[in-house]
Amino acid sequence: MPTVSIGRDRLFAALRRSYTQEEFEDLCFSFGIELDDVTTEKAIISKEKHLEEEKPSADDEIIYKIEVPANRYDLLCLEGLAQALRIFNGQAKIPRYTVAKISKELMHKMHVKKETSLIRPFVVCAVLRGITFDETSYNSFIDLQDKLHQNICRKRTLVAIGTHDLDTLQGPFTYEALPPPKINFVPLKQVKNFRADELMEFYKSDSKLKKFLEIIEHSSVFPVIYDSNRTVLSLPPIINGAHSAITLKTKNVFIECTATDITKAKIVLNTMVTTFATYCERKFEVEPVEVISFDGSSSVYPDLSEYNMEVPLSYITGSIGVPLEVDEVTNLLKRMQLNAEKAGSGHNISVSVPPTRSDILHPCDVMEDVAIAYGYNNIPKRKLSSLKPLPLNQLSDLIRSEIAMSGFTEVLTWILCSKKENFEMLNRKDDKSTAVIIGNPRSSDFEVVRTSLMPGMLKTVGHNKDHPKPIKIYEVGDVVLLDEKKDVGASNHRLLSALYCGANSGFELIHSLVDRIMEVMGTPFVPVGDKSGYYIELSDEPEFLLGRQAKIVYKGRRIGNFGIVHPEVLNNFDIPDPCSFLELDIEYFLQS
Amino acid sequence: MAEDAILGYLATAEEIPDSGQFATQHGLHHNDVVNVIKSLHGFRYIDAQDIKRESWVLTDEGKKYAADGSPEVQLFFAIPQQGSISKDELQKKLEPSVFKIGCSQAGRNKWVDMGKQVSRKVQHVEDKVKGLLIRVQNGEEIGKDDVNSLKARKLIVAQTWKGYSVRKGPNYAPKKKKVATDLTRENLQRGDWKELEFKEYNFNAKGPPAEAGHLHPLQKVKQQLTNIFLQMGFEEMPTNNFVESSFWNFDALFQPQQHPARDSHDTFFLEAPSTTRELPEDYVQLVKSVHESGGYGSRGYMYDWKREEANKNLLRTHTTAVSTRMLYDLAKQPFAPKRYFSIDRVFRNESVDRTHLAEFHQIEGLVCDRGLTLGDLIGVLNDFFSRLGMSKLRFKPAYNPYTEPSMEIFSYHEGLKKWVEIGNSGMFRPEMLLPMGFPEDVRVIAWGLSLERPTMILYGIDNIRDLFGHKVDLSLIKRNPLCRIGIN
Repeated sequence: MPTVSIGRDRLFAALRRSYTQEEFEDLCFSFGIELDDVTTEKAIISKEKHLEEEKPSADDEIIYKIEVPANRYDLLCLEGLAQALRIFNGQAKIPRYTVAKISKELMHKMHVKKETSLIRPFVVCAVLRGITFDETSYNSFIDLQDKLHQNICRKRTLVAIGTHDLDTLQGPFTYEALPPPKINFVPLKQVKNFRADELMEFYKSDSKLKKFLEIIEHSSVFPVIYDSNRTVLSLPPIINGAHSAITLKTKNVFIECTATDITKAKIVLNTMVTTFATYCERKFEVEPVEVISFDGSSSVYPDLSEYNMEVPLSYITGSIGVPLEVDEVTNLLKRMQLNAEKAGSGHNISVSVPPTRSDILHPCDVMEDVAIAYGYNNIPKRKLSSLKPLPLNQLSDLIRSEIAMSGFTEVLTWILCSKKENFEMLNRKDDKSTAVIIGNPRSSDFEVVRTSLMPGMLKTVGHNKDHPKPIKIYEVGDVVLLDEKKDVGASNHRLLSALYCGANSGFELIHSLVDRIMEVMGTPFVPVGDKSGYYIELSDEPEFLLGRQAKIVYKGRRIGNFGIVHPEVLNNFDIPDPCSFLELDIEYFLQS
Repeated sequence: MAEDAILGYLATAEEIPDSGQFATQHGLHHNDVVNVIKSLHGFRYIDAQDIKRESWVLTDEGKKYAADGSPEVQLFFAIPQQGSISKDELQKKLEPSVFKIGCSQAGRNKWVDMGKQVSRKVQHVEDKVKGLLIRVQNGEEIGKDDVNSLKARKLIVAQTWKGYSVRKGPNYAPKKKKVATDLTRENLQRGDWKELEFKEYNFNAKGPPAEAGHLHPLQKVKQQLTNIFLQMGFEEMPTNNFVESSFWNFDALFQPQQHPARDSHDTFFLEAPSTTRELPEDYVQLVKSVHESGGYGSRGYMYDWKREEANKNLLRTHTTAVSTRMLYDLAKQPFAPKRYFSIDRVFRNESVDRTHLAEFHQIEGLVCDRGLTLGDLIGVLNDFFSRLGMSKLRFKPAYNPYTEPSMEIFSYHEGLKKWVEIGNSGMFRPEMLLPMGFPEDVRVIAWGLSLERPTMILYGIDNIRDLFGHKVDLSLIKRNPLCRIGIN
């Protein structure tokens, strides 16, 4: 996107108020441009020259570098940008640009010779009469030409702009294409006369101009503009003549745009004249020039007519999603430099697009401007249907994969078991305060809802005696505990269990699995008593061997145990090999 | 040693005709020679042909006699040169087996007089048997008759001797190159990898088993089904509440209190916690009234609805209990369409057999929206099941207390060449939805199936206990392939 450098204080003067940087950024943001950088002239120069940056002094002018949309040529200089923002802020009305009414006889004329069609067939012209430059507006005038050349003119290939002090020239003008040796003039910033072919050679060492030479250098004829005294105005798209150079004192400016693309040439000419007509004696008025083709046809430029469009209100409100009345829409459009009024019965809006807004192609562009003026961030949100995740199930699945990645095999065991398996066989006593008891079990296998994953895991090992050792299995599943806080009096708890069975107990392996789980949960290992992470402490649970077991304390709360399974318990489940077992409640990981 | 000897010998000689002789000639153990021949043959340095030879070796008994003399000679020398010895006396001097065999052989040889008193008949005997045994022991040949007699007395047995005859092989070299089985860091550091000759891999055998962790097959299928539901825009319901009240499991679904499913034969009722502590009272009244006397255009079941029945706790028999709670909450909000699913455990008080367990996983999907039709239900079922690879469906009218219409879902099984039932579906009854407070044009379509059944079909398992529970073979879990349903 193009960037425009503008003196901050001049901009604020043009906006008739000053802003803090934050306020100005907000204004840019809502209008759709962006304050890219804040710098000084000195800093820009020293950066270009790769010099050490000098410390900015207080009196250096602050420069705002502002990024503007690539289709808004009217914003490429201070004048256009300030005007757009003034109108956006409701401080100014949209100017009406007019073409001065003068008779054909008094009109300046540009005659186009046939040969130009060999190299650069189009030219459009206009006159800014009674202009008053000061230093900054003069610089801005030069700068805008540069920006246009860089952007819409595609580095002068499509369009090249020449501006001249009309009072040094004598019309009518001719646009010709001649063999280079026949063109002879003193180019801008030079004192001596050059033949066009010599000039091309001369500019090969000019860092600024050499990149434009290839546009014409291989052509047998070069485009050139003369006045009636055969004074060369310009050798487009390379250089103007020194003779007609504009200065701060220039009063009447003759603008010519030569082109390979007539539409772009008209846009460029319109941008130049509408932007600077503000400095003319008759504000916003531009003097026309007649361009007469070699075939006798003629056109008058600039064409400052407005482009009219009817846009249904429903299209605008339906696309933006805000119910707006016609008046609201027309007011919003006026802030975007689009004159608009109610059309006919009021279902449509009639929009007049000024010559400055060549970016408006379709009603959608109008609709977008309504939305910008309304404020994107004021538009009420409409929520699309979307799905909420179940955090517990998603976390379970993530942990399940991690444990499988640690080399454990997942098992899926039953939730129902016998009382004996759930208590006695684990050396535990049933104090009647934990387990849900089935009232009508068909067999002793379904007497209680498990309060631990341990019986299922041990039964699995007991039934897989022939499986090669070591056995490393895990299960993530629900147990149910009596719970007074629940309507039904019981609640599920998601537990994770893992078991190692081999020739030795594998206690270290289970211990390292605990560390791994904590690692993937992003929990640091902390000293005992520290509530910011997890630590391990000796525990005393009957299902584990004394002194060979531990509890896991996570953020100050005991969330599980691990240890070597008590030999009596192993015997109860008919397991001949030592086992280590881990069980912890993963629901704690979801609590903050 | 043996390797150099064999390869060196073949450098000048055509053949090693007998590995046994070769070992003897070169002072090598035959076993060592055989091992080297096998290895060299493997690398095709040499071609080896089997040779088998029968030879005789001494039995344990034979070895004893070769050392101590034959029993008949031992017996003979136990008899005094002069006079006689009583048979009992003689028996005491000898081992029982030596005495027994000695008596019969010495008698047959006419060396002794056997009676109550035993005396020598001759003064000199030669221990021919011992001599023969020693010769056999030394690998010497003995006569055929002698062989037969020793064999008959089980003093010698035949033994097959195995050896090789050896010629040069296609890769013959007078000195074996060192073959490598693997490329090592040392090879790279020394740079000798260029000279290495690798032993050929044996690709007829599988590689060693990979060390890995494994997911349970049911969980893998569950994961894919979850993905399918999510792709279809369904949101997962929280189903982590196994204990449920009869009210939410049955009554709220307009399932009458006398319905057979509410018998203790089918449902696990609880001793603790036996009843629910609270229910939404306003809603309970509406449910009671719709059961008893109808409303919303219904006649109701016209019976005395009992609060105590509704209070009874149970282990949920279907995840529709959760769906009911979700719909009840949904009806309290301004209406917004919803799609819900769940896959979780349910419980039935059934006897366990090849196809039934007291607990299994139910898959449930439901859509709640205005103006849904049976066409929507059939459409969503076709979408869902075709993602599972079941695109040929048909629907059978069925009865379900809380859905009307109800449809059993059948799919044509290409393998079994028949239609199999794969699930149940329907539109929830107005008597269920309207008391919750839904607008009249809101309809709910739902379907359910078990997770186990499609998994068993998918993995070719015909006993549910091989898939789920503690009796599952861990090897099955480990061998189990990916679940690729929904991605074909």
